[in-house]
Amino acid sequence: MAKNGNNGKPLKVVGKPFRKVDARAKCTGQTKFADDIVLPRMIACKILRTHEPHALIKTIDLSKALALPGVFAIITGRDLPIPYGILPVSQDEHALCIDKVRFIGDPVAAVAAVDEDVAFDAMNLIEVEYERLQTITSIEEGLMIDEPRIHEYGDSGNVHKKVSLEFGDVDEGFAEADLIREDTFFYEGNTHLPMEQHAAVAYFDPDQKLTLWSSTQTPHYVHRALTKVLEIPASHIRVIATPNGGGFGGKSDPFNHEVIVSKLSMITGRPVKCTLTREEVFYCHRGRHPVLMHVKTGVKKDGAITAMHFKSFLDGGAYGSYGVASTFYTGALQTVTYEVPRYKFQGARVFTNKPPCGPKRGHGTPQPRYALEVHLDKIAEQLNLDPAEMRRQHLVQPNSVTANYLRIGSMGLGLCIDKVVAGSNWKKRFSWPVSEPRADRGPRAGSPRGVVDATGSNGIIGSHDPVATAPGTDTRKLPYGKGIGIACSSYICGAGLPIYWNNMPQSGVQLRLDRQGGVCVMCGSTDIGQGSDSILAYIVAEILGIDPFDIRVVTADTDLTPVDLGSYSSRVTLMTGNAAIQAAERARELLTIAVAEKLNVPIENISFAERRAFDVENPEVGVSFAEAVVLAESKFGTIGTVGSYSPPRSPGKYKGAGVGPSPAYSYSAAVAEVDVDPLTGIVMVERVWIAHDVGKSINPVLVMGQVEGSVYMGLGEILMEEMTYRANRNVVHKFPSMLEYKSPTTMEMCDVKTYLIEDPDPNGPFGAKEVGQGPLLPVPPAVANAVYNAIGVRIDEVPITPEKVLKALREKERGRDPRYGPDSIPTTDWPEPLRVLTPAEGGDGKEMPRVAVHS
Amino acid sequence: MNQKAHIGFVLNGEAAEVAFAPHKTLLEVLREDLALTGTKHGCELGECGTCTVLVDGRSILSCLRLGLDVEGREVTTVEGMAEDGKLHPLQDTFSDLGAAQCGYCSPGFLLAAKELIEKSPKPSRDEIKEALSGNLCRCTGYIKIYEAVELAAARLRGETMELPRESLYGFE
Repeated sequence: MAKNGNNGKPLKVVGKPFRKVDARAKCTGQTKFADDIVLPRMIACKILRTHEPHALIKTIDLSKALALPGVFAIITGRDLPIPYGILPVSQDEHALCIDKVRFIGDPVAAVAAVDEDVAFDAMNLIEVEYERLQTITSIEEGLMIDEPRIHEYGDSGNVHKKVSLEFGDVDEGFAEADLIREDTFFYEGNTHLPMEQHAAVAYFDPDQKLTLWSSTQTPHYVHRALTKVLEIPASHIRVIATPNGGGFGGKSDPFNHEVIVSKLSMITGRPVKCTLTREEVFYCHRGRHPVLMHVKTGVKKDGAITAMHFKSFLDGGAYGSYGVASTFYTGALQTVTYEVPRYKFQGARVFTNKPPCGPKRGHGTPQPRYALEVHLDKIAEQLNLDPAEMRRQHLVQPNSVTANYLRIGSMGLGLCIDKVVAGSNWKKRFSWPVSEPRADRGPRAGSPRGVVDATGSNGIIGSHDPVATAPGTDTRKLPYGKGIGIACSSYICGAGLPIYWNNMPQSGVQLRLDRQGGVCVMCGSTDIGQGSDSILAYIVAEILGIDPFDIRVVTADTDLTPVDLGSYSSRVTLMTGNAAIQAAERARELLTIAVAEKLNVPIENISFAERRAFDVENPEVGVSFAEAVVLAESKFGTIGTVGSYSPPRSPGKYKGAGVGPSPAYSYSAAVAEVDVDPLTGIVMVERVWIAHDVGKSINPVLVMGQVEGSVYMGLGEILMEEMTYRANRNVVHKFPSMLEYKSPTTMEMCDVKTYLIEDPDPNGPFGAKEVGQGPLLPVPPAVANAVYNAIGVRIDEVPITPEKVLKALREKERGRDPRYGPDSIPTTDWPEPLRVLTPAEGGDGKEMPRVAVHS
Repeated sequence: MNQKAHIGFVLNGEAAEVAFAPHKTLLEVLREDLALTGTKHGCELGECGTCTVLVDGRSILSCLRLGLDVEGREVTTVEGMAEDGKLHPLQDTFSDLGAAQCGYCSPGFLLAAKELIEKSPKPSRDEIKEALSGNLCRCTGYIKIYEAVELAAARLRGETMELPRESLYGFE
């Protein structure tokens, strides 16, 4: 039963396309973003960032810079010796490097000066001497080269983390398969590119209290980091997250500039501002990890999966960031879309001398989702099955537990597939590029290259299907160059566990009602443009029967608002929504008691709507909402209530079970239609049909905006966006500007047909699930599959650039493997897998004892 | 040192004077010397369109224009779009349709759209795309922005336009 605080009454606010509570401020230039803050006597900060990718700091000479008129203070790593980092297991950053720099862009010194120009000049007068170290520039080098180590911690050498998990007997699963297929993929890194650069203002006031205004998605974690690094009590620090001018995950770490302006304000006693340049934002990064992946899947003839083995290799860049979680996420959610009865995951993250990677929209899951969905497309072709139908046949069941102990609640993926299949006229338009199955393509017809009959052969399996090159049998339904492709996905609605271990709620809401009828909602959540402030207003308004615009929303201020962990992992609507429901229901209860007493009717008769509290049996008998508050305040004293939310406990108890569990999972399916020019290799995406199971739309127009924005961002990732570095040892970013880092403009953005599927989840507020990240996931693989459908070549590497398309077409012409992508994965030693019996095998969610389980 | 330039111009319909260091861009003069922080910056290199303002009714990138250049001209920023306490129809439709998500690029889009619909009162979808192609938005996928421009243009023409249900609720 979905939590519907309305006792089944028709909804007045939830589900309606209201304006956002802050929309007009944003459209009139009134919203104050971090860089818009100007305080009296404020001074400016610039950060000297190294040009060395990997070097020891020998000397830093500040004398010339300090002598410049207008300079107030300069600090270096010695002034901030305590390390920090977002995850407790990787506290590996310093606000300013102490002995060593690890990537171009690592901060070395910071200047506070009367204005930005003077600070900039002073910064350029700082002299730093380095001793260069060998650079580690790739996944392969990170695995191979143990010395020099980028960090003195991690699993070994430059390997930050290796994980190995096995759920059920995967070998047994492969033995049951009619077909086993293996493929290798690479997903290039890309970055968030929020329109607003990061900025922060700090003021350490005469009472020795620090206030930091910052464009951050996670004020609570910044608060914790500042307490640690600055060694002042948390109660003396106030962090205010300003409205974020876009986040997408890029403002989720505590950042060095936030620590630096705080320290500089403590030294100078003046407010200090630092606004990063666009180039600095590219180097701060924390974006999508480049991931090399290998996937091996066993299937029955109808496409039912018998076992899957997924390997991922992450290029983590120079610091830990969220990387341990990212690593687990590249392996966690393969099981929540289609039945995967036995599953093995091995993942490795390496340190390299590049900007650190972290979470970007979809955190660690777009890469494996792309690999999995293209891999399944290849399997469907080998089995000569319709790829939409094959997926539809083998969905996970609602209210089930996966092999890796993720608890599925509502599951609307079947409906999502139906919608996009119908909308795109899929059945009339889809055919495999070579539509007549050849005799040697069936899984049972011997073992042609690329196909292994698992019952008979133990040969090495090809990573592609060469029969697709066969000329002359083309009976395609769409003309050559036009194609459609499908892919599906799922995403978490908040993580089951908080980032640091504790037993407290993940989200808290406080509600204050005043005797004039005013309602103030206070919550630590951060509006990054997704509309989380508005969601709070809608939900409270629904329960109290008032207008959302009657409500004042105060968020993301550690002095004024109860803790919410922040805007990441698509947790906000579900978690703050549930906390808001609880707070509002408690307030309504107080009002109900007071009003019932006044009207002399039973408590259960009191209802709230249209800014009134009234007797449902006699609706004209009632009081205004403001009068109801007066009655309640007269009876109970000042009216304030709280609500909080903690996710349910996950059934997974094994080491590593912390990543993947969620109160609910959203589902998406997408069909992409492409037009590929075989002469230029240019891929134009004409249209995307996308269906998203959001559980319940709290506000459909905001949900639409998230879906359309996700399609846009997925389109950018699959077609053009990449964080790449020059091949020489300097590891300089190739495109640290918005002109050269290509992202879709209005001219590249495709048409989008959106379907909102509402399969309410019992854990969601009013049944709602997430929408901010999930709809990105199916877009890259749907486009990749459509490109294959259009021109018969597989691009197994993201982004699909014209160059790669032309190279693959050339291979095809030469009769070679019609494909572009990685051929192999590095060999590396994996730790003995942690073995967990699946629920179907009678497992209890714990790992099996290590002894004599597996050789 | 630091001799300031002093200019007079029309800012959001009102006579204005301002003194500033002469190397400053119009973007910096607006934000730092006139406290009009509604005009945003995304790159300060002319790449993103975020700092778009109107000079004599034409959209320009204020990060690439010196403040000195607008002496005697008419400059419109997002703060000047509302008139007599009433929002410009574009501001209304951007607000109502969710065309502003994070809102950071919105001032630039609003002004580029204002220029368009004043020049072309009934713009086609392709004309809108063309006119807004110099403005980047990372949140919306542009679609809600197109719809907001179309709706505002209709209102300015004095027409009532019903938004298709699909824009608000998706397809059935």
